[in-house]
Amino acid sequence: MNKIKTQKNTRRISHFLTYVYMILLSIIVVYPILITVSSAFKKGNVTAFTLSLHNDWTFLNFQRLFQETLYGTWYKNTLIIAIFTMIVQVTIITLAGYTYSRYRFAGRKSSLKLFLIVQMVPTMAALTAFYVMALLLNALDQFWFLTLIYIGGGIPMNTWLMKGYFDTVPIDLDESAKLDGAGHFRIFAQIILPLVRPMIAVQSLWAFMGPFGDYMLAKFLLRSEEKYTVAVGLQTFISDEQNQKVVLFSAGAILIALPISILFFFLQKHFVSGLIAGGTKG
Amino acid sequence: MKETKKNSNKAMLYSLIPGLGQFYNQQKFKGMLFLILTLAFVCELLLFGGSALGGFITLGTVPMEDHSMFLMIQGTLQLLVTMIFIGFYFINLKDAKQVAEDWNQGKTVHTTTKAILANLFDQGFPYLLTFPAYILMIFIIVFPVLVTVFMAFTNYDFYHIPPAQLIDWVGFKNFFSIFFLSSYRATFSSVFWWTLIWTICASTLQICLGIMTAMIANQSFIKGKRVFGVIFLLPWAVPAFITIMSFSNIFNDSAGAINTQVIPFLNHIPFFDIPSIAWKTDPFWTKTAIILIQGWLGFPYIYVMVTGILQSIPGELYEAAKIDGANALQRFRQITLPMILLVAAPIFVTQYTGNFNNFSMIYLFNNGGPGSVGGGAGSTDILISWIYKLTTGNSPQYSVAAAVTLLISAIVIGVSLLVFKQTKAFSLED
Repeated sequence: MNKIKTQKNTRRISHFLTYVYMILLSIIVVYPILITVSSAFKKGNVTAFTLSLHNDWTFLNFQRLFQETLYGTWYKNTLIIAIFTMIVQVTIITLAGYTYSRYRFAGRKSSLKLFLIVQMVPTMAALTAFYVMALLLNALDQFWFLTLIYIGGGIPMNTWLMKGYFDTVPIDLDESAKLDGAGHFRIFAQIILPLVRPMIAVQSLWAFMGPFGDYMLAKFLLRSEEKYTVAVGLQTFISDEQNQKVVLFSAGAILIALPISILFFFLQKHFVSGLIAGGTKG
Repeated sequence: MKETKKNSNKAMLYSLIPGLGQFYNQQKFKGMLFLILTLAFVCELLLFGGSALGGFITLGTVPMEDHSMFLMIQGTLQLLVTMIFIGFYFINLKDAKQVAEDWNQGKTVHTTTKAILANLFDQGFPYLLTFPAYILMIFIIVFPVLVTVFMAFTNYDFYHIPPAQLIDWVGFKNFFSIFFLSSYRATFSSVFWWTLIWTICASTLQICLGIMTAMIANQSFIKGKRVFGVIFLLPWAVPAFITIMSFSNIFNDSAGAINTQVIPFLNHIPFFDIPSIAWKTDPFWTKTAIILIQGWLGFPYIYVMVTGILQSIPGELYEAAKIDGANALQRFRQITLPMILLVAAPIFVTQYTGNFNNFSMIYLFNNGGPGSVGGGAGSTDILISWIYKLTTGNSPQYSVAAAVTLLISAIVIGVSLLVFKQTKAFSLED
């Protein structure tokens, strides 16, 4: 009788501790986000983020963002770059991933290994070279150059992940289609492609998010203010310690984070299967 | 078919001039194609390539007229083209020999243009599909990296800015100064050690936090799992640069929320008495802050992965272990941990290599500061942000930056390869 009671007690304590951990962690996660979100609706010019819920609330900051700053232009720039990056990169890695998964050709293994090694080289390794190339091609401050870099940079790793996902689609499907007389393109487009749609969605999201999240390359290659992407532009709001536009920064941050987070949660369930499949199946 | 016996060595010998061996094998179309490709390359070499390679060796002789960096880029491009041609040359030799042997063994050999084209399409289909990937990878990654490699062996810095000045090859001088020149050596070793500490602490923190959270949140009795799941994902869903910039403000010494809100709040708890902390001006506290923030940023990714893995472990395994009398710790060490490592080891490795090169965290939080450890590096600068400063600062040191880059890449690639070999996760068994 006593034993059962102590067992019950330890169980109760462990349940209690579990909830304490979960709630504490939730607070730690939510607190800084809430600070940023609430700052976006504060009146006047605040110098630093703090969480206070009794302010005068206003939507004026969003209006100021588009009227007083170049935020609208930055957002448009980023969207253009992101959409191009997404379409081209996903097309290329889908084709390449499919090929590596389905065809056995000379040089297949060695080029896959090459992808794996190239993927480990940090982007920074090419930074100065990018700069000189941009000078030579007159491409400083040009979107096409930055877009090409975003596309190319993600290819090796994402081809790997894509191939891994294609590998999870049983090869019998191809073979029965081949027996039915379907050609290369039909098998790919009508039979296999629909089955890897979740992974394509995930890859599209990542390719799309890349230009929104990149600060380093954009800062390095885009030199005039009206060419900035949002990451570089937003940073100018808070980089000047004396004149921080915290409320504008927060408002701008929300307009980026909200759509991206929504897309993220929408596709979230595919992340695990995609990554684990892509990362482990050879 | 008049003659069906071919001498494969003879075919190869003919193909020392690409195309002739193919003619010998009665593949006229292929022979023409190979011959034209070779002629095109020779013309290119005469018109452009020769001078490009020459310029690559001298890096220019007349200031203002010769732009050393452009010469280097053109030279590197020519080297790439030449390498591709050499690759083609060997394929040509192999092809001549192979086809000749096919003749001897009585296999079908396509001699008509139409048959060769059809065969090319069938065989070449995989190459056609992967072609864009190769091209982009070569020009966006391999080519610039090659240029960086070469740059590390020059004296490209703010004393030598082309076109006004010429750049010269200096051999291993940059590497020598990193390791032996007192000023650079001090900076390099200081930055390097902090990079290691940062990588290990931050990555381990985010991995442990992720695993722990996944295990705790995966218990069956918990109510509101979905809500917690969404909350724990937030740091991953919000673009990192936004959160880092926000944190940079939140940790502000005088006005930030940590010093004005969180610490005063904690001090309400009995026995707590924390003074304001110099998050941005004391190197120790800046380092602590960035490691903690990286834990915050990085744990959701691990949490999601591990949750996925935990849910795939069959419950019978635990039941059986329980019956055998294994306690919770034993069950974790014998079942859970090995399962997690089996699947997620490569993902964990990428956390370490990722943080080793985590530029945004360092640069956007406090610009690598506070203070300085010489050589243009601040006290929280890691190698990658130091390189960025060397390249973009007022007195850029491109060649030293390139040399440090090579060292970094060597380390990252070495470690990754070692681990990937160990885990076999990326092995290519079919």
